[in-house]
Amino acid sequence: MSKISNFVGVSARKNVEAAIAKAHANESFHALLSLTETRALERADAVDRGEISGKLAGVPFVAKDNFLTLGGTTTAASKFLENFAAPLQATAIEKLEAEGAICIGKANLDAFAHGGSTENSAFGPTKHAFDQERVAGGSSGGSAVAVALGIVPFALGTDTGGSIRQPASFNGVVGVKPTYGTVSRYGVVAMASSTDTIGVLASCTDDAALVMSIISGKDTKDMTTLPDFFVPTKLDEKKSIGVIKEAMTDDVDPEVRRVTNEYVEKLRTDGHEVEEVSLSLLKYALAIYYIVVPAEISSNLGRYDGIRYGKRAEANRLREVYGSSRDQGFMTENKRRIMIGSYVLSSGFFDAYYLQAQKVRTLLINEFNALLTTFDVLITPVAPTPAFILGENTNDPIKMYLSDVMTVPASLAGLPAISVPAGKNEQGLPIGVQLIGKRRDDALLLALAKRIEEEV
Amino acid sequence: MVSLEILDKYDMTIGIECHVQLATMSKLFSGADNNANDKNPNAATSPIDFGLPGMLPVLNHQAIVLAVRAGKALNADIAHVSRFDRKHYFYPDLPKGYQISQMYQPIIIGGYVEAPLLDGTTVKVRIHHAHIEEDAGKLTHHSDFSLVDLNRAGTPLIEVVSEPDIHSAAAAKAYATELHRLMTFAGVTHGDLYHGNMRFDVNISVALKGATELGTRAEIKNLNSFRSVEKAAEYEFSRQVELIEKGEKIVQETRGWDDATGKTSSQRSKEDAQDYRYMPDADIPPVVLSVEDIAAMQADVPLLPAYYRNVWKKLTLDRSVTETLLSNQKYATLITEIQHTAGDDAARHAAHWFASSVSAIDETATMTVTNFVADGYIELAEMVEKNEVSSTAAKDIFVHLLTDNISPRHIAEAKNLLQVSDESAIIAIIDEVLADPVSAQSVVDIKAGQDKAIGFLVGQVMKKSAGKANPALAGQLIRRRLEELS
Repeated sequence: MSKISNFVGVSARKNVEAAIAKAHANESFHALLSLTETRALERADAVDRGEISGKLAGVPFVAKDNFLTLGGTTTAASKFLENFAAPLQATAIEKLEAEGAICIGKANLDAFAHGGSTENSAFGPTKHAFDQERVAGGSSGGSAVAVALGIVPFALGTDTGGSIRQPASFNGVVGVKPTYGTVSRYGVVAMASSTDTIGVLASCTDDAALVMSIISGKDTKDMTTLPDFFVPTKLDEKKSIGVIKEAMTDDVDPEVRRVTNEYVEKLRTDGHEVEEVSLSLLKYALAIYYIVVPAEISSNLGRYDGIRYGKRAEANRLREVYGSSRDQGFMTENKRRIMIGSYVLSSGFFDAYYLQAQKVRTLLINEFNALLTTFDVLITPVAPTPAFILGENTNDPIKMYLSDVMTVPASLAGLPAISVPAGKNEQGLPIGVQLIGKRRDDALLLALAKRIEEEV
Repeated sequence: MVSLEILDKYDMTIGIECHVQLATMSKLFSGADNNANDKNPNAATSPIDFGLPGMLPVLNHQAIVLAVRAGKALNADIAHVSRFDRKHYFYPDLPKGYQISQMYQPIIIGGYVEAPLLDGTTVKVRIHHAHIEEDAGKLTHHSDFSLVDLNRAGTPLIEVVSEPDIHSAAAAKAYATELHRLMTFAGVTHGDLYHGNMRFDVNISVALKGATELGTRAEIKNLNSFRSVEKAAEYEFSRQVELIEKGEKIVQETRGWDDATGKTSSQRSKEDAQDYRYMPDADIPPVVLSVEDIAAMQADVPLLPAYYRNVWKKLTLDRSVTETLLSNQKYATLITEIQHTAGDDAARHAAHWFASSVSAIDETATMTVTNFVADGYIELAEMVEKNEVSSTAAKDIFVHLLTDNISPRHIAEAKNLLQVSDESAIIAIIDEVLADPVSAQSVVDIKAGQDKAIGFLVGQVMKKSAGKANPALAGQLIRRRLEELS
């Protein structure tokens, strides 16, 4: 893996050319869907001429292909947007470009970010960075593998229920899902508006913190953004840490538990107080998530109707234009979530499903808040297992959803959560742990992880 | 058609939903121009209105201010917390697949409108609530294709929902008219009915008089004039009564109104009603307004129609004159300004001039008045009071004043309309008239006591003076001259 510092102060053109060469050399992983070579080299030359400068001048990166970018397509890994060229860029991209960073391409994902393995990409799955028989995780699988393979020092991702954290864990990189509202969602293909977050995948906590400090902040184009607060920090004091016991049951892979416990021990050795705690409503998190999120998905995907842009099927009647365009443009998992979402919002079921789920969500948030008055940080594994075999879960959506059980609670509560490498299993597959903090404690989580980063 | 006696056995019950376009500069959730008039299709759109992937709504604060002002005009409460929700359906004029509206917590709650009727009474219509929402775009259908224009997509509206407090077509029209006045006077909307700035949906049901339950209602959608509100209600009343009299059932449905035929026709029945799958819009934080916020927003709401009706009581105007003046806020403020600076008489003059020059009935008439400076009208009223111009000449001058802010005296001089009140000048003309043989018979008649005959002589004087002689003064002087000469 490569660090941002390796790219600063050297020829931007060489950085970009090297990254593109590395991307080509690693095509078999299918981490990237497209390269924006022309625009990237133009920008690199502008950096080298001194026309563009900043903290990330000449540093290449990739963005998950649900970020609107110039210079190529933004497909959301879907047939629907296969040829969609965005007329503008996401705020996060604009902020990185303003600091001189150079987007060299777009990373693979589950279509519209629906999934946890990148197998739902309309253009084929991304392979795990260390075992091509296995999944990359998802939905930001392409971003995680691109960083793990050292193609770029960092990548942008989105995390709605674990989509940054889980692939980060599977591929042994750092993944940041910030506090809801930390980074503008403007220009990012929406999945679930109330839990969508924009974050970063990087090789180390320092790089992740640097990128977060650049992309975060209030944006007048996204009313849900919080006032600027993210400042990279150092941690000298001791913290009280709770290990959520409901996330460490027998259902969780023994090696995942072992690695998590080892990580916890390192924290203890570092002087922090660690205790086992209970988040009793954890068991309801998946049920809440798979009601609320599909509901929002069914709404947010309404705009893909074949009328103004994207896929339009040949048809004679309006209904058929809608039906066929959406049928051809969406993957099975997209359709499944649209159907679940439409069902739980429909008249007569709204109260029983959507409203009830939101009520339980509030209880979950309250329980989190209560825990976080006593503890600074909560710890769980990121996923119940290391990366699984390609195709292993594709015919069993429930099993696939269960992979999200550790990551969805923080998403539902809007809390910051990071995934940091903690170790490997016997086969050498990376395993990450998840640190969850109080709202706006994003930088603190990274600082805590940094203290034992070298040891890990 | 049903006879009047049969109609008289029934009552109609009407509730009206009115979409009011807010007079903001930009759209409800984007920076695109909110004025689509005379623009090419899709020229007044932004990526947000277009529903591009990744676009987020940014709530226009001005829309909130205007809604809060509307709340004052409606005598309503303003919610301290209101929220936005999504209403889902697929149609090519709806770019996102949902309309952003306020289903669960609207911004305006309760209130009432008191609308004057022609007989001098008023109808009080309670408001259930009013919510903010975005408009959809427009489709035009051609032989084998349709075109989408999103210029209107995202235009801010408030939908004012009345209680079913209306029981006649005339009251429905009166409510619609008064609502228009309230919304335009409060500066909430431009109120341009021709361009659909206000659109009315009329819900109407009928039941036998004294019945305890309301009948099944039909909704007549998208009426865009006060007259069509009245006519549609009248038509629908007799249509429904006729069906009931025949023993048939009224079906709950949406009906359209055809101005040309004066009839409503079925558009879709309740069975086709869509499930809108309402849900909260997580992209837009709740609108939180303190008592102070609301007071600040409502502080400079202009004067409303009720104020003018009250201060004009002293002018003793006909109801029709009053209502004509209230058809345009500028007339109303101008007359009141004249009243305050020059007194009731001057205001009364001006009121009558305006009422006879502008038509309250034609709601869509383009405004011909551009001069709203009171000085000229006041000066003209004084000239009439001092007999410097005749009332006929005054009207002539007034028409010029409507478009030009120049001194009425200049107009009178230029058009040679100043009355001659100089006695010697008039006497000279009188002498000419009396010397004319055509006047001989009238002189004889007057001397014989037929006083009316003086009219002919006054007419002759006016003719010879080219209308400039003060006629009352001419009459007095003719009498004096005849006495002197006899």
